[in-house]
Amino acid sequence: MSNTNYILGSFADPDEMMYGIDKLQANNISIYDCFTPMPIHGIEAKLGVKPSRLPIAAFCFGTLGFLLGFSLLYYTMAYDWPMNIGGKPSLPLPNFVPVTFEVTILICALGMVATFFFRNHLFPGRTPRVMDLRASDDRFVIAIDARENTDHAFIDSLLKESGAVEVKYNERKYVSYE
Amino acid sequence: MGTHSHHHDYNFGERYTFAGKAKIGSIIAIVVGIAAVAFGLLSGDHITVERTYANLLLMGYYFTCVCAAGAFFVALQLVTQSGWSAGLIRIPQAMASVLPIASVILLVIVGLGLYSHNLYHHWYAEGITDVNSPNYDSLVAGKSAFLNMPGFLLRQIIFMGSYSIFAVILARLSYKEDLDGGLNSYKKSFKLSAIFLVIFGFTTPIWSFDTIMSLEAHWFSTMFGWYNFAAMWVSGLSLITLILILLKKAGYMAWVNENHLHDLGKLMFGFSIFWTYVWFAQFMLIWYSNIPEETVYFYKRWEPEYKPWFWLSIIINFVAPLLILVDRDVKRKQNIMLFVCILLLLGHWLDYYIMIMPGTVENHRGFGIPEIGTAIGFVGLFTFLVMSKLSKHPLAAKNHPFLEESLHHQI
Repeated sequence: MSNTNYILGSFADPDEMMYGIDKLQANNISIYDCFTPMPIHGIEAKLGVKPSRLPIAAFCFGTLGFLLGFSLLYYTMAYDWPMNIGGKPSLPLPNFVPVTFEVTILICALGMVATFFFRNHLFPGRTPRVMDLRASDDRFVIAIDARENTDHAFIDSLLKESGAVEVKYNERKYVSYE
Repeated sequence: MGTHSHHHDYNFGERYTFAGKAKIGSIIAIVVGIAAVAFGLLSGDHITVERTYANLLLMGYYFTCVCAAGAFFVALQLVTQSGWSAGLIRIPQAMASVLPIASVILLVIVGLGLYSHNLYHHWYAEGITDVNSPNYDSLVAGKSAFLNMPGFLLRQIIFMGSYSIFAVILARLSYKEDLDGGLNSYKKSFKLSAIFLVIFGFTTPIWSFDTIMSLEAHWFSTMFGWYNFAAMWVSGLSLITLILILLKKAGYMAWVNENHLHDLGKLMFGFSIFWTYVWFAQFMLIWYSNIPEETVYFYKRWEPEYKPWFWLSIIINFVAPLLILVDRDVKRKQNIMLFVCILLLLGHWLDYYIMIMPGTVENHRGFGIPEIGTAIGFVGLFTFLVMSKLSKHPLAAKNHPFLEESLHHQI
């Protein structure tokens, strides 16, 4: 038991997993994380997960895209080689709107995807960090830090009482490396 | 959610009682409206009469549009099999139920406007399609295969008539579902909604070409239909949200929470941007190609008489919702959403004002008794009819197959 780093309670039903979270929390056992194959409504609030900061990244990338798009147009259309198109001014702002808008959206979207990959360590060729392989298939998993919560037998009984079909004691955090 | 929290104790038989201040207020508003219209029409002054007609058209069209948006909302939720909106669907259903009355009112306004030459005189006048007449207008004559009085009225009747029939049937099927239960009403509504949306999608642009764009019959824009659709949809959504918030504030509909409000806020935000997108697409193409027959529309709206209002419309309908509603938490707060709803409803009144007035009263425009009185009258009429309708049925569609999903909606 002493080499156990993480206890994983594996559930076949999301409602039973949610019930398990309630039970553990009622007994002051801190939950490290939960892994589910699909989004579960209300789980973030229950686990106290902070709201994502992705919108802040989106705003920054959007601003960058806006500046890039506008400066590209300004440089080519108004500064480097001003052109007379249909008698319009060489800085025709309404014309700049669609391109600036599109570049803003493009950089914003690409930047958000890149931020998401970076934050989740999803790089090409990198083994994904997975604590339970079936959590992306048909199991709903509660992970508990076994070093912080020492009464392993009690945790085991709580998990099984709330309907866990399997309880694992893992020495390694990520099983995907094995 | 799930087996461990299935119990709730909402009273789905709850009904809205339309009485007291709301009822008296709406009746007073109707009387004010009638007085203002009577004052305008009986003034004997041609300009005031025309201005009153223009305002009647504005509010009649606005009224019909928001009720049609209610029917569109109901049909859209059915076709997409949406669950989140099941708890608040009675509000758009009540709006949809009023569509026949709104349509008849608009039809009377449009008919009288045509008959008295106060509206649509750009294309409906003696000898306008007769080469030998001094009144001859070759542009209008070229369009007369489409833009003629019998065709115009026939289209108005067919379009608004078909929207009304679908709107009423969809609402009735849901009321029937309350009594019968089962999935029969839902399945039937699904099919009818699919047919309705196809008809609605293809005909609303033509309907707005007729009702509003033909006020300036020399000018045309293919974007105009979508531009009007966007205005209709944003104002309809704002009104649904406004009614919902006021009902919540009065203690009704406990099963609707900030998650539903959030979704309505997202729709208002998204479609305000869609409105701007279509508005700008129309503007930019005309500005860029610079063809006199097209630029005349914006030329009129760029005159000192209209320019500040033209800009104010962009600020209220685009800049304000963009900056206020972009934040997540704002969309979940009742009071600020209430403010945005009222702002957008005023904004789209101004939007319609800028569409209608330069083609009718031109530089005799104003903000006086005809404008304010007519608007108050129609607000009263809308409140009276929709809230009466809402009070006749329970506030929850208790046998809606997705009601349970709506209760657990969480975003």
